[in-house]
Amino acid sequence: MREYELVIIGGGPAGLAAAVAAHEAGLRDILILERDNELGGILNQCIHNGFGLHTFKEELTGPEYAGRFIEQVKKLDIPYKLNTMVLDLAADKTVTAMNREDGLFQLHPKAVILAMGCRERPRGALSIPGCRPAGIYTAGTAQRLVNMEGYMPGRKVVILGSGDIGLIMARRMTLEGAQVQVVAELMPYSGGLKRNIVQCLDDYGIPLKLSHTVVDIEGKKRVEAVTIAQVDGNNRPIPGTEERYECDTLLLSCGLIPENELSRSAGVELNPITNGPTVNESLETSIPGVFAAGNVLHVHDLVDYVSEEAGAAGRQAAGYIAAGCREEEHKALPIKCANGVRYTVPVAIRPGAAGDTVTLRFRVGNVYKNKKVAVYAGDACVFSRKRPVLAPGEMETVILKTSLLTDHPEADGITVTLEEA
Amino acid sequence: MEEKNLICINCPLGCPLTVTLENGEVKAVAGNTCPRGEAYARKELTNPTRIVTSTVKVRGGTLAMASVKTAGDIPKGKIFDCVKAIQDIELPAPVAIGQVVLADVCGTGVDIVATKNVPVKG
Repeated sequence: MREYELVIIGGGPAGLAAAVAAHEAGLRDILILERDNELGGILNQCIHNGFGLHTFKEELTGPEYAGRFIEQVKKLDIPYKLNTMVLDLAADKTVTAMNREDGLFQLHPKAVILAMGCRERPRGALSIPGCRPAGIYTAGTAQRLVNMEGYMPGRKVVILGSGDIGLIMARRMTLEGAQVQVVAELMPYSGGLKRNIVQCLDDYGIPLKLSHTVVDIEGKKRVEAVTIAQVDGNNRPIPGTEERYECDTLLLSCGLIPENELSRSAGVELNPITNGPTVNESLETSIPGVFAAGNVLHVHDLVDYVSEEAGAAGRQAAGYIAAGCREEEHKALPIKCANGVRYTVPVAIRPGAAGDTVTLRFRVGNVYKNKKVAVYAGDACVFSRKRPVLAPGEMETVILKTSLLTDHPEADGITVTLEEA
Repeated sequence: MEEKNLICINCPLGCPLTVTLENGEVKAVAGNTCPRGEAYARKELTNPTRIVTSTVKVRGGTLAMASVKTAGDIPKGKIFDCVKAIQDIELPAPVAIGQVVLADVCGTGVDIVATKNVPVKG
């Protein structure tokens, strides 16, 4: 097996954008490994529109958005292997993978980009009481069945969780003739984008019940009924609020988890909040030369931001290889999250290694109104912006001028916080 | 004067819009961060439209289905007619992104176009 300087694990939106950017940065020796039988990842089943407004200034569907990047990868002649499963990543960046043509093989790249994406939280991880009949799907599984395989998973549907995929599937199932009775959300706010609540639920008169969860699933072979109940401030069901819905299908849209088995086996340090690798401003993980981008790093709302982040990872990986895989020592400023900020990506910034700007992405832990996002270098406020509404379902981005950090050489750390506006 | 609150659906930002109406006529739109927000508010209160996306069957392709969309937005009231009109379509492979699958769906003047490349199998 010939060796490659850069191996990208995953041929979805992150992997594709990383490959294109690394190529544009001058790197020619790139290989993408993809486990599915085509490039594009999850975008292939996201047939709805709304992708690409930032990247292409037009509104595309998922397959079209993926198609743009696949075209570039093919035009640039960047090699990729489909139907290829990466089995292991070692701390020395040895990639062990297999497919039908090559059998089991190992690669020893100079740099690796983790672009494995994420997966859905399944029923087993949700502790839902009740029977275990057929008819319980994650929303993404149902999406694949309807949009790619051409099967309808059910006719009378209840959806638990108001993540974007659940909202999108509420509309999709309705258009295909199913009766979507209710979307129940445990939290007092939706986990999905506002526009999806408008155009996927409101448009079709599908009720969204906040602070509600499933307390029973009935059915021996197939789901026959689902009971939901309101929950109190501690997420405990309130007796007497139960409502029983006769249905044959329960869809789960209860969060996405970055898929980091390979990162873990390599010994890459993970952030317990995001379940993704901890990275510095260069999107480099705790292992030098191993970079991460996209939903494997932290779950994004918009693929446009995945592409942007992955492009940066691609350029960084190309730069790392061009510099002979050596990195200078730079002072790192760890980022502390305060006052409702749940996490940041990156977790540390090395001003000496950063370009002109550093992109900080983060999420808040609750719905906040009339706040100010503020960034401090040590005790000095270097950035602040008013935000009328902040919600956990919407990722926040701050683009920080690196000079603002180098102006404060005394600072030992950075704090990202919310303040009264 | 009457005020209506809308959420702009043009892009995932979802700007909260406040529309001031006088005798059913839009007088002012606030809360939008781009001109598309104002256009959306005016349209949503007079003639709401949506892009519709779905799938059609493919014969002899590497994939069983190809995704499709309305090339532009269509009146909200025609969404179900539109989905019905494409439900029995079966395309022979190959299918190319942008290919017209059904012209002038339901008299809207808008075409249904493919959004996925499906090569011939084998």
